[in-house]
Amino acid sequence: MKANGSVFKYGDNVDTDVIIPARYLNATEGAELAKHCMEDIDREFIKNVKPGDIIVAKKNFGCGSSREHAPLAIKCAGVSCVIAETFARIFYRNAINIGLPIIECREASERIEAGDQVEIDFDSGVITNVTKQETYQGQAFPAFMQKIITAGGLVNYINAK
Amino acid sequence: MGMTMTQKILAAHAGLDEVRAGQLIEADLDLVLGNDITSPVAINEMKKMNDQSVFNKDKIALVMDHFIPNKDIKSAENCKCCREFAIRHELTHYYDVGEMGIEHALVPEKGLAVAGDAIIGADSHTCTYGALGAFSTGVGSTDMAAGMVTGKAWFKVPSALKFELVGKPAKWVGGKDVILHIIGMIGVDGALYKSMEFTGEGIRYLSMDDRFTICNMAIEAGGKNGIFPVDDLAEAYMKEHANRDYTVYEADPDAEYDAVYRIDLSELKPTVAFPHLPENTKEIGTFGDVKIDQVVIGSCTNGRISDMRTAAELLKGRKVAGGVRCIVIPATQSVYLQSLREGLLETFIEAGAVVSTPTCGPCLGGYMGILAAGERCVSTTNRNFVGRMGHVDSEVYLASPAVAAASAVTGKISGPGELDVCEERRQ
Repeated sequence: MKANGSVFKYGDNVDTDVIIPARYLNATEGAELAKHCMEDIDREFIKNVKPGDIIVAKKNFGCGSSREHAPLAIKCAGVSCVIAETFARIFYRNAINIGLPIIECREASERIEAGDQVEIDFDSGVITNVTKQETYQGQAFPAFMQKIITAGGLVNYINAK
Repeated sequence: MGMTMTQKILAAHAGLDEVRAGQLIEADLDLVLGNDITSPVAINEMKKMNDQSVFNKDKIALVMDHFIPNKDIKSAENCKCCREFAIRHELTHYYDVGEMGIEHALVPEKGLAVAGDAIIGADSHTCTYGALGAFSTGVGSTDMAAGMVTGKAWFKVPSALKFELVGKPAKWVGGKDVILHIIGMIGVDGALYKSMEFTGEGIRYLSMDDRFTICNMAIEAGGKNGIFPVDDLAEAYMKEHANRDYTVYEADPDAEYDAVYRIDLSELKPTVAFPHLPENTKEIGTFGDVKIDQVVIGSCTNGRISDMRTAAELLKGRKVAGGVRCIVIPATQSVYLQSLREGLLETFIEAGAVVSTPTCGPCLGGYMGILAAGERCVSTTNRNFVGRMGHVDSEVYLASPAVAAASAVTGKISGPGELDVCEERRQ
């Protein structure tokens, strides 16, 4: 599995309230939530994001609420992968469970800049910055989590058991 | 090598003699919890499963608390979805208007969480029940769906940070100040993926409500869970509220911790987290005047009876400052009724505050106290992120009920000590 796209770059502690503000949580549909994705941190995001694009952030991405609406909004906005130095733990679980690819990599988080063209190979964990002509080694998922991702999320994994 | 308290609970629920930090396990669950925001998503996920029956109708709790009484049509549809699900599956623990409370105040009160339990909830503040010696943690809606069907969840066994609490806190210093101090010290990702285990002789000076507040905000340091040892106070609470057996686990003397912090409670001061992160803490007395527009006293963090008593003690015979809106929200029907019986509600209303039915409403910028651009709120809630309580240019300052009540009176962020000083000056 691979992802390839242009980068939107954010800083530390991007929280679930800016990923999808609670005023929109009365919606449950991914497409509806996606319309407001990142609205409180970057009003231009949803206007400019194209299918396949990538979010790169620093520490503790997705901190705060347990709302699965957050990874869902990102996924339905067309984002193919989120790269961060670290993820908040509930966001990490939720992303795996709904099938939004995420990858932890400190070097990529530091080096990649907004607008860079980036490719990710999820099997090897290798992140290639096409713009800067650099590669970074991301952390591959443990085998157990790979099984959930390969199945297409937790629900399919349980159905297949 | 020994295990932490959390590791022992997880081992027991995975049917293993021992577990190690980093190990992936599947654990049996004693309770699966959801609210009116997260449950509809879980219910939709469940429809995709081959097996759509619930594992145990007594071990699932749905609490309508975020946007109820319904704030709009979509919220009403969400609650209707939960209500119909609860009826269809004959759930024992479904709490709607008239019986509900903010879930993390209600669940312990109803005796649904006890020592030794393993609990997941599709709400990040599910970590609250660690105060009773349970392992409880927040998850998303898909995990909730899987939990409702299988009665199990997967976990990576966490390593732990140990917080040794010593000394007796001063008057007006409580659980909120303890946890804000800790988050200020270790940061909003200081406990990422880890357990926060609280021990030490100082815990005997912390009420159950203080301990609920402390565990409630473990997630604000990135923690997987917070947990207290089970002492006489916790056992008395469970005997009063719960109608079932509990199991007391203790950390092994040789348990491993990633770090040990010693905190002298007697040295703590009333503490405030400035915008826009809970780690931006400052002690009262170390900053200049910060004028405010609104005060919120309530939430799963600080809407319990002792919080209401503290706020009332400071508001008694005083008035909310001109230009400040003070909103008081008892966390459950039972706290509401007790506050009524003790005359606390009368005190609030006489002071010029408003009192609301239990709701999460303003904490997450849902309704019942949304902020306009440029407005500032002192709030006893748990998050002060950008736009958390309304406009992206509004500001939330997190504090204890004592600081919130004192600030309501002075119109600027103030410690309770400042009330007497102000009044002496006026006389």
